[in-house]
Amino acid sequence: MIAHPFDYLTPKSLPEALLLLADPDAKALAGGMSLIPMMKLRLAAPAKLVDLRGVPGLTSISEESGRLKIGALATHFDIESSRLVRAKCPLLAMAAAHIGDVQVRNMGTIGGSIAHADPAADYPAALQALEATISIAGVGGTRAVSAAEFFVDTFTTAVGPGELVVEVSVPVEAAGTGTSYQKCLQPASGFAIVGVAARLQAVSGNISMARIGVTGLSGCSFRANGVEALLESGSDPQAAAAAIANGIDANSDIHASAEYRLHLARVYAAKAIRAALAAAR
Amino acid sequence: MMIAIMRRAIAVTINGKRHSNEVEPRLLLIHYLRDVLGLTGPHIGCETSICGACTVLVNGKAIKSCTMFAVQANGADVLTIEGLASDGNLHPIQNAFWEEHGAQCGYCTPGMIMASKQLLDRNASPTEEEIRHGLEGNLCRCTGYQHIVNAVKSAAAKMGA
Ligand SMILES: Cc1cc2nc3c(=O)[nH]c(=O)nc-3n(C[C@H](O)[C@H](O)[C@H](O)COP(=O)(O)OP(=O)(O)OC[C@H]3O[C@@H](n4cnc5c(N)ncnc54)[C@H](O)[C@@H]3O)c2cc1C
Ligand code: FES
Ligand code: FES
Repeated sequence: MIAHPFDYLTPKSLPEALLLLADPDAKALAGGMSLIPMMKLRLAAPAKLVDLRGVPGLTSISEESGRLKIGALATHFDIESSRLVRAKCPLLAMAAAHIGDVQVRNMGTIGGSIAHADPAADYPAALQALEATISIAGVGGTRAVSAAEFFVDTFTTAVGPGELVVEVSVPVEAAGTGTSYQKCLQPASGFAIVGVAARLQAVSGNISMARIGVTGLSGCSFRANGVEALLESGSDPQAAAAAIANGIDANSDIHASAEYRLHLARVYAAKAIRAALAAAR
Repeated sequence: MMIAIMRRAIAVTINGKRHSNEVEPRLLLIHYLRDVLGLTGPHIGCETSICGACTVLVNGKAIKSCTMFAVQANGADVLTIEGLASDGNLHPIQNAFWEEHGAQCGYCTPGMIMASKQLLDRNASPTEEEIRHGLEGNLCRCTGYQHIVNAVKSAAAKMGA
């Protein structure tokens, strides 16, 4: 399994990287945990590989006016092990810890994962529930988009040609907020068959705010607005979770039929909601 | 399509020794280690990023060397199974795999031991569950894993002592 030949470029700044990526034959390389397997299978054959790992300033994790700012090049391991993320945005740390295995988490980055937008990836469920903001840089400047706008379709995002994800911003959780990510994984690949992220604000069991993010169920991660509305109007978790499947055109593959996936989504939504409620206490 | 691709000069410190070579950018780190340098300790099991037989440490982090290009390791410190023993003495993790029968055919063993090193570097006294979680990226088709878990536990106890 040998990749098609390519030229390897190592920019030392963000503007330099963006300039190199203006070439349509060039592709960004972050952790390589999705791109290199595709290049080995020759599903991808970029003529130029622009390694982002030498660009300074893209791995930092910091707190700024009620938000955590996470550099695109922060690895899954950086995020799962960050004290700041674990304390202030545990849902993101939990999603990171569910990705693949140690070796994959040591290399793979949050920017690479969301730019790749695998329909079964773990971060998208969490970022939907967190109403994250994603900063995208291009030669013309930087813009910020919401997670709901960012994830467009299977392997399709709001990132345009030559653009780069530079930062993911998530809220510092307020007191009384409980979160949980529950994943039914496909044991051979480790990817989600279905994953549900729940984020609830509750006072003595009464839910005042519910955000539910879903991955693996259909072509693209999404927010389950129907479930959220039911929870906020006092439905019990089981009944609310059942609404997750309403109107969804579910994926069907060798691992799970559409019908079984929809069933799993209801079960894992109920699990995530209960766990988030318990954490909100 | 024929493209003339420039070879790249890389310098990598492997098991404490500096190596300088000119390589094609598409050369995988595992092929650099095995075919260019003759370090055949890291194995190729699946070549598809799944089995972990090719695991080595790059700057202290366990990675699958079949899923990294050698050029990405330019300037890095790489540790392979060959670099674990010192002065003819096995590393405590190697010893524990020996004593606890953590290897049968041995194919997964170099990767298992490097992943175990990563695990114990980060957590000196892991629980059984933490050991199993830490070795999720390494497949073994012989042992049923229990002896491997025992070996890591035994190594942790010896290294802590
Ligand atoms: C064995 C294995 C198991 C895995 N299991 C899981 C799992 O359970 N859950 C899960 O979610 N993922 C899983 N993954 C995928 C993993 O999370 C990848 O790390 C991730 O999908 C890609 O991140 P990367 O940094 O490695 O990106 P790369 O592979 O380097 O790049 C991926 C794509 O994104 C582009 N890109 C990279 N960085 C940027 C950027 N900053 N801006 C714009 N575009 C960019 C690249 O050009 C490329 O098209 C697994 C991978 C492997 C090999
Ligand atoms: S050979 Fe690298 S993971 Fe199997
Ligand atoms: S000992 Fe044979 S594969 Fe592990």
